[in-house]
Amino acid sequence: MDKKNMKGWLYLLPAIFFLGFFMVYPLIDVFIYSFEEGFNFVSQSHHGIGTYNFRYVLRDPYFMQALKNTFILVIITVPVSTGIALLISVGLSSIKAVRNLFQTVYFLPYVTNTLAVGLVFMILFKKTPYSDGLVNLLINWFGGESVDFIDGPYWAKMFVLCFYTVWIVMPFKILILTSALASVNPEYYKAAQVDGTSKSRTFFKITLPMISPTVFYLLITGFIGAFKSYSDSVALFGTDLNQAGMNTIVGYVYDMLYGDSGGYPSYASAAAVILFVIILTITCINLMIRKKHVHIQ
Amino acid sequence: MKIVLQNLTKRFPNRNKSVREDVIAVNNFNFEIPDGKLIGLLGPSGCGKSTALNLLCGLLKPTTGKIFFGDDDVTGVPAEKRGVGFVFQNYALYPHLTVHENILFPLQNFKGKDKLSKEEMLRRAKEAAELVQISSLMERKPSELSGGQQQRVAIARALVKMPRILLLDEPLSNLDARLRLQTREEIRRIQRETKITTVFVTHDQDEAMSISDEIVVMKDGVVQQIGQPQYVYDHPANLFVAKFLGTPPINVFDGYVKGGRLFIGSENVMAAGCPDQNVSVGIRPEGFTLDKNGSITCRLSGVEVMGRDITVVSANSACEAASVRSIISAENLAAINGDTVRFSLKPDKVFLFNKETGAVIGCELN
Repeated sequence: MDKKNMKGWLYLLPAIFFLGFFMVYPLIDVFIYSFEEGFNFVSQSHHGIGTYNFRYVLRDPYFMQALKNTFILVIITVPVSTGIALLISVGLSSIKAVRNLFQTVYFLPYVTNTLAVGLVFMILFKKTPYSDGLVNLLINWFGGESVDFIDGPYWAKMFVLCFYTVWIVMPFKILILTSALASVNPEYYKAAQVDGTSKSRTFFKITLPMISPTVFYLLITGFIGAFKSYSDSVALFGTDLNQAGMNTIVGYVYDMLYGDSGGYPSYASAAAVILFVIILTITCINLMIRKKHVHIQ
Repeated sequence: MKIVLQNLTKRFPNRNKSVREDVIAVNNFNFEIPDGKLIGLLGPSGCGKSTALNLLCGLLKPTTGKIFFGDDDVTGVPAEKRGVGFVFQNYALYPHLTVHENILFPLQNFKGKDKLSKEEMLRRAKEAAELVQISSLMERKPSELSGGQQQRVAIARALVKMPRILLLDEPLSNLDARLRLQTREEIRRIQRETKITTVFVTHDQDEAMSISDEIVVMKDGVVQQIGQPQYVYDHPANLFVAKFLGTPPINVFDGYVKGGRLFIGSENVMAAGCPDQNVSVGIRPEGFTLDKNGSITCRLSGVEVMGRDITVVSANSACEAASVRSIISAENLAAINGDTVRFSLKPDKVFLFNKETGAVIGCELN
């Protein structure tokens, strides 16, 4: 190894050390735990090696509920939030007058404290002895029956969770998409205009392909983020998510480690590995689609 | 399609907000472009030539004035309905589409009764590609093409919808010198074959002079002169036009007319049939001939050999520039020696301009 290389490795050393210590090592450890049956933290012992942990987790109704919740969350919130963010960004880039004001307004949720957001959602959705929440007021006003969004039927709770998630992730997407739209060379639009291209055709045939790498980036990170979601559920439904039936996979892992029914690092590791495999598969599929459909300059 | 511009003016609000006065990019432009001609809009950067082109194509609306295509008043017609083909300076080819898709793109926009069948579109795309000789590149992406090829694709895309007029914005500025020469011939050929009225913008006078049927010289939004290239070169309307056309540029001297004679510095150079006054004298580089008994004397600074011709670089205290450049035949190389050179002048290559306004002074010289 020549001197130049040595220097390079030296510069990389801190990063390698921290990544190895805090990421690579724990990752490998989780894999090992997931195959060690009945691992005990205190005694650092286990009584066998095999796939029992996985079989247990996959038979656990709480895990299956968490899996179902997570998938619904992913399938609904990722396309919806990306789509709405795209609409808003296109709207923002085609107005001139008060664009900055609106950009700030749309970015506010990103810098707002989670607890404050939780409070807003409480006012909107929570049933208290004094009021049924703003949304129920609206429903009543249109002649509907009150719905308990926090402790009521599953679909109502799922709706609130999805709504909340979409609302939380949108500002970042809008920010990224507006800058992507601004980076499209205006000459393309001029060329399209001279050729008499309709607005919708310009959008689908020019704008969208041009910003497709960004849209795709948002989809992939959106998928991963939604699969890993947990805190949103807690913010809305409290910590006993299994009871509320609104647990997510990460929530399940947490419960298995530290929750009231916790103390099972083996099961937690197995659930974490299952989540890892799911995210890996989805991301690989995403990347394959990307190769086919995304224009990279 | 004949194009008529009437009193065309375009003002922009000044970017410096403290200045109330608008920027006048195009000032009272009057011009009639005959059908089927190739017109070069020529001027230094910032002279309003690109604005004029954008007004023609409809991307900008004129502040005042009118534009006619044939007998139609298109002043208020938006770009998409004018039926113009526009070739952008950077070509603006859609990078995610193949050459073929790029050329088809304008045709797929046609709606209603103009809508074309698939076969018709393919046929026209093929024709356009053949016209600019890119048939073999149809499946490539623009990023896989050279600058010259991209230029051709851009022209094909502009022509495929059979526009009423074709506009080119600095068509050659992104090409290297050799390709530029070749491409300007191409543009000329394509224009001749299609007979579409074509307007192009350039700051390169060689380019404009070599292929245009007529050139329009602009400065600060004002048209200086319109005419056939050779005529404009031989009869510049003012000092700006004279300076702008021709390489090497015209040599400008301080001079005066007195008693029917033209003086440069203190030398009596030729007879001038105009009243006594101070003048700027413009002499084209090819207007000098070496002559031992010549009427103008310069200090020799050097000789640049170009093969066919030589450029004699010399200095004269009456000259505006530091050096006087004259082009003479290479056969005379041996005759140049010593510290000074003497030239006699060809009267038709000498122009007199008003000292204040720069306007040419009509004056018999010999």
